[in-house]
Amino acid sequence: MSKPVYVIEKLNAWFGERHVLKDITLMIDLHQVTAIIGPSGCGKSTFIRCLNRLHEVVPGARVAGAILLDDADIYGPTVDPVTIRRRVGMVFQKPNPFPTMSVYDNVAAGLRLNGVRRRGILDERVERALKQAALWDEVKDVLHKSGASLSGGQQQRLCIARALAVEPEVLLLDEPCSALDPIATARIEELLLDLKKSYTIVIVTHNMQQAARVSDSTGFFLLGELIEFGETREIFTNPKDRKTEDYITGRFG
Amino acid sequence: MTSALLLRRRLTNIVMLSLTGVCTALVLGVLFFILGYITYHGIAALNWDFFTKLPKPVGETGGGMANAIVGTIKLLALASLIGVPIGFFGGVYLSEYGRKNAIGFSIRYAADILNGIPSIVMGIFAYTIVVLPMGHFSSLAGGVALGIMMIPIAVRSSEEFLKLVPASLREAALALGLAEWKVVSFVVIPTAFRGIVTGIMLDLARVAGETAPLLFTAFSNRFWSRGWLEPTASLPVMIYTYAIAPYEDWHRQAWAAGMVLLMLVLGANLLSRLILHRQLRG
Repeated sequence: MSKPVYVIEKLNAWFGERHVLKDITLMIDLHQVTAIIGPSGCGKSTFIRCLNRLHEVVPGARVAGAILLDDADIYGPTVDPVTIRRRVGMVFQKPNPFPTMSVYDNVAAGLRLNGVRRRGILDERVERALKQAALWDEVKDVLHKSGASLSGGQQQRLCIARALAVEPEVLLLDEPCSALDPIATARIEELLLDLKKSYTIVIVTHNMQQAARVSDSTGFFLLGELIEFGETREIFTNPKDRKTEDYITGRFG
Repeated sequence: MTSALLLRRRLTNIVMLSLTGVCTALVLGVLFFILGYITYHGIAALNWDFFTKLPKPVGETGGGMANAIVGTIKLLALASLIGVPIGFFGGVYLSEYGRKNAIGFSIRYAADILNGIPSIVMGIFAYTIVVLPMGHFSSLAGGVALGIMMIPIAVRSSEEFLKLVPASLREAALALGLAEWKVVSFVVIPTAFRGIVTGIMLDLARVAGETAPLLFTAFSNRFWSRGWLEPTASLPVMIYTYAIAPYEDWHRQAWAAGMVLLMLVLGANLLSRLILHRQLRG
């Protein structure tokens, strides 16, 4: 087992009075794909939004417990959430390229707005990010067209490229394929297997087969609790908890 | 499904569709009638002199309203200088930082009340704070009156367009590790920019036709108004004066003034759209 990137201990999260995550404790390993599965409303999105401190931007949202990223608590009193988010990229459920920006500007946005100005560096990083996101060949001739003119699957890969361009350590994906067709989904899954060589990946999905296909470890969430966490193969072939078994065999969900 | 039900649905569909069609036609019809009527009467009185000459003394025909055209442009420019920044930044505050707090609520409430104040009252206000201390009418006072009138709509329309920017875009930008002010300045505002500009142009068009607040702020002037401290002629006040005068020639010029005012607003609108278009492509 490699060294954990994230150590999460007794994480609790609320929306106002609603207690949506209860005492979550788990570890996320370096250069592995960790999948979070569970039915809608089980807190899996909230969980990964805690990993880059995005949960707290919702009014009334609150977090307790500890999340250590490389041994430092990201919820420490002196930690600026902005620096955490620079280290932890995120891709969302619905593709959300910036509509006023071109393909190039979308990918360059994170770098430019963080002060990278040199054209040469930008060109190089944009090209590399688009290649990593397996989008370069499709967009290299339309870099200056609006990002919104791409297809849904391309837009999602553009969002992945945008997140990769700032060279994060971790990539969070919140149901990245739920708005995509099977072909686009397959491309993204392929991509994830490639990306895990250089990034630690956490993916939320309510598609169990997807979790089985792409992940090394899987956590099963139900009603805000982590029911079971372990190696993906174990979870899907030999679940320890009855509820996990019922869920993965399709008895509810 | 029974055929009676199907028939009823078809009928309802036809009736409702016709109703919306008729209403649209009515609205557009009235609009085009007004535009056509003004153009018809205005064009007859429009000539080069109208744009280049000063008004002739009472009793003489001819002359123009060059001073009123320049006056209106000056008044609107000053009004925008006051109304647009306050309105825009106020809107940014309300949308980004004052959605649910007491300050936001009171600003929103104040803006809505301010918007409901009759324009003549706004004129009296500008009269009290600018004209009385200075001791005379001026373009400055007129611009201030119109500028204050612009604020509430500029604030509320900017706020609404900023609020329309989806939360997913803000989150995408935050997730890139951008500070909040960068998210607002480089992602949220550009996304809403087109709408904000449209709102401000409508706002400008509204105050462009205001007459009442100008009557005792900018007043009127039959000659050129130099600088910002002299009373100035303006198209709405000229229309008012000329339309109620007993001279046929003045009536014609009032129509022409109406048309020029319309063209000014249209021109400003087209210009802003052109600039926006260029920017978005470039």
